[in-house]
Amino acid sequence: MSLDKATVASIATLARLRVPDDRLEPMVGDLNAILGFVEQLNQVNTDGVEPLANVTGHALPQREDAVTDGGYPERVTLNAPDPAGDFYAVPKVVE
Amino acid sequence: MAEADSAQPYRIQGETGPWELVIGLEVHAQVTSKSKLFSGAATAFGAEPNSQVSLVDAAMPGMLPVINRECVDQAVRTGLALEARINEVSVFDRKNYFYADLPQGYQISQYLQPIVGEGVVHLDLEDGRTCEVGIERLHLEQDAGKSLHDQHPSKSYIDLNRSGVALMEIVSKPDLRSPEETAAYIRKLRSILRYIGTCDGNMQEGSMRCDVNVSVRRPGEGFGTRCEIKNVNSIRFVQQAIEYEARRQIEILEAGGTIDQETRLFDANRGETRSMRSKEEAHDYRYFPDPDLLPLVLDPARIAELKASLPELPDARKARFMSEYGLSLYDASSLTEERATADWYEAVVKGGSGKRDPKIAANWVLSELFGALNKAGLDLADSPVSADAMGGLMDLLGDGTISGRIAKDVFAEMLETGKDAAAIVEEKGLKQVSDTGAIEAIVDAVLAENQDKVAEYRGGKDKLFGFFVGQTMKRSGGKANPGMVNELLKAKLAG
Repeated sequence: MSLDKATVASIATLARLRVPDDRLEPMVGDLNAILGFVEQLNQVNTDGVEPLANVTGHALPQREDAVTDGGYPERVTLNAPDPAGDFYAVPKVVE
Repeated sequence: MAEADSAQPYRIQGETGPWELVIGLEVHAQVTSKSKLFSGAATAFGAEPNSQVSLVDAAMPGMLPVINRECVDQAVRTGLALEARINEVSVFDRKNYFYADLPQGYQISQYLQPIVGEGVVHLDLEDGRTCEVGIERLHLEQDAGKSLHDQHPSKSYIDLNRSGVALMEIVSKPDLRSPEETAAYIRKLRSILRYIGTCDGNMQEGSMRCDVNVSVRRPGEGFGTRCEIKNVNSIRFVQQAIEYEARRQIEILEAGGTIDQETRLFDANRGETRSMRSKEEAHDYRYFPDPDLLPLVLDPARIAELKASLPELPDARKARFMSEYGLSLYDASSLTEERATADWYEAVVKGGSGKRDPKIAANWVLSELFGALNKAGLDLADSPVSADAMGGLMDLLGDGTISGRIAKDVFAEMLETGKDAAAIVEEKGLKQVSDTGAIEAIVDAVLAENQDKVAEYRGGKDKLFGFFVGQTMKRSGGKANPGMVNELLKAKLAG
């Protein structure tokens, strides 16, 4: 797998990263190097091997259905640059 | 059912001939649970802004999701009620997109391995036909927060109370062919969810929302290109949106154009759909397995336990009401759509001596009770007459203590005062008169007062019989046993 410049630009847009045009070409090289490194794994024969999610053997921890959190709107919006009362306020986004 | 082939398939007549609609639904049903899917914050509707938000829901750095066991059970219950395959292993993925009410920058959802696979919903349509709608899948995911756009001229306000609440996305196969079938499907799905208590089905409060996929084709041809109408929040709007969208597509196709696959919004005020901002890019969600969550593995014993705990479902209950109580399909359907109604009805039928006539009870619940509740704008839960009290009225009616006409008066009194039927009958002296001597005296008086009409009747004017019955009942204050009145009058008039 190899990425071209247009694909990298599109991924940057989806990730809301502003990448100047002169940085795109080097980034294509960097990303392709990373992909190439990961693709070494393809050399291993995995026929008949189940996907492995983790090596610990742990199961997904599950909690009981109880209200144990919340009730602190002031903490939630503490870092908001421009709260309105207990709301976050952001530039208007309307479809 | 019986009239299966009498129904015409639904078609929209275009300029160039008939078109068939193909409709599929994605229903987002909010899981009934006390706390959120991955955090311990509350889920109640209508709370103060950001008061039911944990630092997990606000996506503070370093916070980790821990799954709510009850939400998993609710999804499994729903899958079982939809006769669906339960996947013992399912995986949570991140669906990546940016929006102000999605603080994580991704929604935790299930993509390639959902918790529930293929199932089926059975529909009874109004024209008597039945049909099956395939379920493609059901998966668990997080809801987003809520944006309020009307509070400030240049800003949107964000409330994260809904952020992280568990949703079941229930995806149908493209098996629906008309707005009416689609409405029936939503009603049935809602009924099932409410029976098993996994979603309250409240569309006004947004606990059930629909995305509707619509395409059109010439009958018999392959699928056309579809458009997705987002977030329609009432059954009536779903029907309107489908009709408008199908006509729009037909107009384009008949003018030689092609349909662009796109996401559209339904504008309820104008009754039309319009394109949302171009979303080709936004549709690239770059799903990948959420590294914070291990695969969800279900123990078959837990699935079996959940299956055993399911209540009788609407289809089974309807069939039983028809076979056990001899009700018509229509009455059985009406009584079983809501579990509370079916429970109420059965409490009436099974209470007391156990000898209450199920058909008469059905009529009373469906016409008299629901008529009165509708008029008063009340729900069954707020009914001033309890099932027990209604049963008492049925008993008086059944053993001939009161006539059907008097029963209606007694019922009106019960609605108003909340007293039980026997007390009202006693108090107002409404007991049916079944004493031959007493009725005979009234009949004699009526005949004596109307000699001329008696002569006319005997001269062949049979229709006057009703007049005599009416006069006798009136004179008895409605209390005379109507059967006995009929008999005595016939005998005396034959005289």
